[in-house]
Amino acid sequence: LHSGVMSLLRPLLLDVVPTIQQTAALALGRLANYNDDLAEAVVKGDILPQLVYSLAEQNRFYKKAAAFVLRAVGKHSPQLAQAIVDCGALDTLVICLEDFDPGVKEAAAWALGYIARHNAELSQAVVDAGAVPLLVLCIQEPEIALKRIAASALSDISKHSPELAQTVVDAGAIAHLAQMILNPDSKLKRQVLSALSQIAKHSVDLAEMVVEAEIFPVVLTCLKDKDEYVKKNASTLIREIAKHTPELSQLIVNAGGVAAVIDCIGSCKGNIRLPGIMMLGYVAAHSENLAMAVIISKGVPQLSVCLSEEPEDHIKAAAAWALGQIGRHTPEHARAVAVTNTLPVLLSLYMSTESSEDLQVKSKKAIKNILQKCTYLPALEPFLYDAPPNILKHVVGQFSKVLPHDSKARRLFVTSGGLKKVQEIKAEPGSLLQEYINSINNCYPEEIVRYYSPGYSDTLLQRVDSYQPLTN
Amino acid sequence: MATLARLQARSTFVAHQYYYRNSVVDVFRKKEYDAAVKIQSWFRGCQVRAYIRYLHRIATVIQKWWRGYSGREEYRLLVKFASCAMKMNFYNAMAVRIQRRWRGYRIRKYCFNYFYLKEYLRAVSETNDAIREALEEFAEMKEREEKKADLEREEKERDYQARKMHYLLSTKQIPGIYNSPFRKDPDPWELRLQKAKPLTSQRSKVKDKHWVSPNSWLECTSARSFPRSEVLPPIDRKQCQGPFRDITEVLEQRYKPLEPTLRVAEPINELNVAREEFRRQEWMRNVNDNMFLPFSTYHKNKKYTPLMHSSSKYGPNSYGSRHFRDENPKKWICDKDFQTVLPSFDLFSKYGKLYSKAGQII
Repeated sequence: LHSGVMSLLRPLLLDVVPTIQQTAALALGRLANYNDDLAEAVVKGDILPQLVYSLAEQNRFYKKAAAFVLRAVGKHSPQLAQAIVDCGALDTLVICLEDFDPGVKEAAAWALGYIARHNAELSQAVVDAGAVPLLVLCIQEPEIALKRIAASALSDISKHSPELAQTVVDAGAIAHLAQMILNPDSKLKRQVLSALSQIAKHSVDLAEMVVEAEIFPVVLTCLKDKDEYVKKNASTLIREIAKHTPELSQLIVNAGGVAAVIDCIGSCKGNIRLPGIMMLGYVAAHSENLAMAVIISKGVPQLSVCLSEEPEDHIKAAAAWALGQIGRHTPEHARAVAVTNTLPVLLSLYMSTESSEDLQVKSKKAIKNILQKCTYLPALEPFLYDAPPNILKHVVGQFSKVLPHDSKARRLFVTSGGLKKVQEIKAEPGSLLQEYINSINNCYPEEIVRYYSPGYSDTLLQRVDSYQPLTN
Repeated sequence: MATLARLQARSTFVAHQYYYRNSVVDVFRKKEYDAAVKIQSWFRGCQVRAYIRYLHRIATVIQKWWRGYSGREEYRLLVKFASCAMKMNFYNAMAVRIQRRWRGYRIRKYCFNYFYLKEYLRAVSETNDAIREALEEFAEMKEREEKKADLEREEKERDYQARKMHYLLSTKQIPGIYNSPFRKDPDPWELRLQKAKPLTSQRSKVKDKHWVSPNSWLECTSARSFPRSEVLPPIDRKQCQGPFRDITEVLEQRYKPLEPTLRVAEPINELNVAREEFRRQEWMRNVNDNMFLPFSTYHKNKKYTPLMHSSSKYGPNSYGSRHFRDENPKKWICDKDFQTVLPSFDLFSKYGKLYSKAGQII
């Protein structure tokens, strides 16, 4: 099937009538677009050199169609893209980028973007052909479709390595991309935000350059956009900036970014929320002041809602990690997390057999980190009943730290049945757990401890049996 | 001899009697001996026991004394340690007090400013609230804009429909379908139809292109900026009969961009414009707009206003006129001039002799 079609279409490419050439090229492009076997057949049929050669001299419809063929072939796999590069198509595509017709530019930019998408070497080849300054010029053109494609091509180029991102930045792309954030077209905003986030993710300097282009607080309006992917890319951008240093996170907090991201999380569902959740985790991880800022922006209730509502495990894992980062700094932070009743949810996620391993590991670490600082006893008490031994050790340890100093807490501990439960815990003598239990028992008078120890009612009954009343 | 024989015959008997009598006594002897021994041993035992008791008593006294002594030593040691411990605890407690104060001071002064943190968090939450409000406003505005755009689109749609259905308008004789006689008042579509202009078959919407100045060559030559007439001639038009030129040539000629001559390129009032320009420059530069009039005849009627510094109510101040330039010959000590060491300038030798006497107050 394939070989027949290719050998039929190939001579049509050399036809005298230009319309036939264009239509043949269009047909090839559509075939290659559909299936990667067909694309390979296009490559094997030696059609590409012919296309590349005639690209240089034909009119704009032919150029568009030929660029479409190159795009369709290059999008399937790195090997096909490498084949396109090997036949010298990059130079002709770059020449097409200088053409007057915006349609030709769009097709050429699209093809370059698809080629550069696969890996770093292909991106480097595209950059070496001198495409980046022309793409930056394309971004400034008035046509929206051209802007979109050029932005997506820049995003694909800069995502592989810091050097490529630096090349894109050196061509002056950041200023133009930052201006286009204000554009009302939502698909354009998607691409622009994705390009900026790919640039910012590699290093601190690049992130600082992106921030210097004064994207805050304009980016926050993108978080309120109707399009889901604009929201996702905007929160991805903020996340990439926030994760490098505490100063950048501080900048975002000072600009009110945390509140905007929390609202954005509240209004989305599913995978769109993920970058926002990770952003909160990164911000809280840097320092305790930033974690406190996240707490006062009402981030913790939102995260616990995410944790309980979301069906997907990786989003739950991200929410658990973020909560762990918030709660691990000081007792106030742990209290803020514990008050929202997230700890039982985390525990159940850790214990349930359906959660993936990643989720279990993350929730365990989060529980451990929060418990080591938690002094809010009402939240710890449910843990006495359901927790597995390795977590129970930490819980009892926390109790043993708090109870010696607080009399109201002691009273509450007894009346709520905690003391009874602690007596029932079996621990090896000499282990850390036994020491904690001893220190808890030392806070109470001996009769009470004996009263609550298991089997006390039996001993009392035995004494009743063995008691001889005094006969006068 | 008889006695000897008698004694010999009795010797055995005597021997036996001797033995028996001794042995009888022996029995008693043993007994008595044993008894005596027993009594004596008991007595000796008593003696020894009394002695031992005595020794025990003495030893107990010594040991009692020794134990009391060593106990007291231990007690002294205990007391010493206890007092040391008490003192150390006291010192430690006092040191902890000092350290507590110092630590609190150090943290508050150098490491961590609690109030600044509280202030910062409050500022952050205020910024958050402000941002939240601003974003909500933004979202509301967007929604409103969208709704407005939707409404406008619908309105345009309906308008277009009305224009297309213009023929359904009711006439005097025949009420249209929207103007049924059984209704109280006509359908709103009827009113719309009345207002609508009938749609002509030619779709005459020319998209307005952005105006391109003839200065930018790049944009001019782009295909879109080529001004087209409203209606393009049909492609398969027959060649009109007559000496007409090719239509493309005609259109090219008609829409050729303007190439003005140099004379026409200059504006007609260029002289005036240049003068204005010059005047503007002058106005920008000059501090004083009045023209300079050189001779005093122009100022004849102007009254002289002396400086405030050098005049008072009582007439002009003598500052600068009397004390600097005037000479008071009465005060000179001799009438000879100064002797110069160096030859003076020519100018200074003529001082006081060159200026006119006009204006000096004599």
